[in-house]
Amino acid sequence: MIVSSVFRRSSRDYRCQQFVEAVTDYLEGAMRGRDRSRFEAHLRHCDGCEHYLAQLRRTIELTGHLGVDDVNALGPEARRQLVGAFRDFHAPRA
Amino acid sequence: MFLPRPLVALPGPALHARGDAAHHSSENQYVTPVASDYVDDQILVASLRRGDEAAFAWLLDRYGASLQRLARSYVATAAAAEEAVQETWVAVITGIDRFEQRASLKTWLYRILINVARSKGVREHRSVPFASLADELDQDEPAVDPTRFVGAGDARAGSWAAPPVPWDEEPERRLLAAETLAVVEAAIATLPPHQARVLRLRDLEGWASPEVCNALDLSETNQRVLLHRARAKVRQALESHFEGSTP
Repeated sequence: MIVSSVFRRSSRDYRCQQFVEAVTDYLEGAMRGRDRSRFEAHLRHCDGCEHYLAQLRRTIELTGHLGVDDVNALGPEARRQLVGAFRDFHAPRA
Repeated sequence: MFLPRPLVALPGPALHARGDAAHHSSENQYVTPVASDYVDDQILVASLRRGDEAAFAWLLDRYGASLQRLARSYVATAAAAEEAVQETWVAVITGIDRFEQRASLKTWLYRILINVARSKGVREHRSVPFASLADELDQDEPAVDPTRFVGAGDARAGSWAAPPVPWDEEPERRLLAAETLAVVEAAIATLPPHQARVLRLRDLEGWASPEVCNALDLSETNQRVLLHRARAKVRQALESHFEGSTP
């Protein structure tokens, strides 16, 4: 194990296994100050983590492609009924 | 591909009304808004309260499929999800006058759906154990299989032993192929329910983080943990797919 105290860790001690767990904080903008600079310093010199981050961005993008072609889940009959219910609700009382 | 679903075609006179006019209309001189006006919550809510059928139809078409998908994560069958969605719409019809507009109409709509679907789910699951949020959060789930990293005892412990390879070499058409999207869909389907909901709302529906926290009653931190785990699993499924292996 790494002997140096947590407080003395430089960016060199920031390991890929920590990086992959911090990726979402980074993408969500929830990472500040020192954590952010250590993350970014690691990213600059680690190809594996750079690829990991790129893959994750791709994953998010691909997920965004799902569902866009979905047809309306509501059948035409159910849709007609609901619009009818809306109409009835607003119909002036006799 | 990122365009929203087409707006419902509005019949007759609605199409002739000018959008701008609707913004300035007074109670007495109500001008039927055009479909593009309904993205404005004030106009949409006012239209629904007036009994504007086109506004209600617009709402149905815009959120119907998405509500159905979300409902599905609370109940066991597609039929039960449909029921939850129908009940939600009825609650919208009868409750719009009481909607206080502290949140957006969208948030209000989803909160109704979630309440309806959740109570249905609870009834369904009475005898079947299901994962609570706490259970899901308590799991120790590394984003990446620990065996991909150099093990303890080595000076390089925690560094990649089997680093990810770029996907850029995958041709664009393969990335967007139905087969690839099916892998994403299948991966989402196997996620624990809380992770699946957060991922769907954030990355599939494109909601912002505060909207999701609000609708699902999650703290920012818990939402981020769930999103993190969910995305990591979908990434893993895609990686296995591109490498032609199985996870």
